[in-house]
Amino acid sequence: MSENPLRDAIKQAIDENDVILFMKGTPDQPMCGFSARTAQTLQALNTPFAAVDVLPDPRIRQELSALSNWPTIPQLFVKGELIGGADIVAELYASGELYDILGLERPADAPAEPQADPSPAPLGIENRLG
Amino acid sequence: MPTADELKQRIEAAIPGAKASVESPDDVHFSAHVVAPAFEGLSRVQQHRMVYDIFTGELGGAIHALSLKTEVP
Repeated sequence: MSENPLRDAIKQAIDENDVILFMKGTPDQPMCGFSARTAQTLQALNTPFAAVDVLPDPRIRQELSALSNWPTIPQLFVKGELIGGADIVAELYASGELYDILGLERPADAPAEPQADPSPAPLGIENRLG
Repeated sequence: MPTADELKQRIEAAIPGAKASVESPDDVHFSAHVVAPAFEGLSRVQQHRMVYDIFTGELGGAIHALSLKTEVP
């Protein structure tokens, strides 16, 4: 195959999982506020998703960003397509579009109250890219 | 060290017709709201990429974090 087994493995993970989140830490133990919010959004929707922690090896993030042409973490992919990072996922959740993207029924009520105003997240040093 | 005003000017210079408002509590973490006709027809991912591309190599360095909201006027 290619000479880049790590990139192949990342690509395969994206292809094989309908919903996959690359994040810092794990959904239960997120290591960054942006990753935490994005994982919590998916958990709130009760949708199954795969999660990959990029922290154990800096090359994971390098290869992921090279593959996705997206510089920051987290990154959410649905059916092989990059949906976005924390800001976009919050916006899509607030607008209700995230339900459509994930193939979920929109709730009868308007989308959840807390994120109705998708203002940019409070900034935290945890999402330093390094 | 970049300032919020410098980011605003660079975004507006790089994306034709863009209006940006940028805030930063510390000149390393930034939050930007960018409104540009050039975003028309682009996905959110493509819109954010246009802004990220201006700061290639600086994200994670001088710019620790850049939170984005993009919009078509």
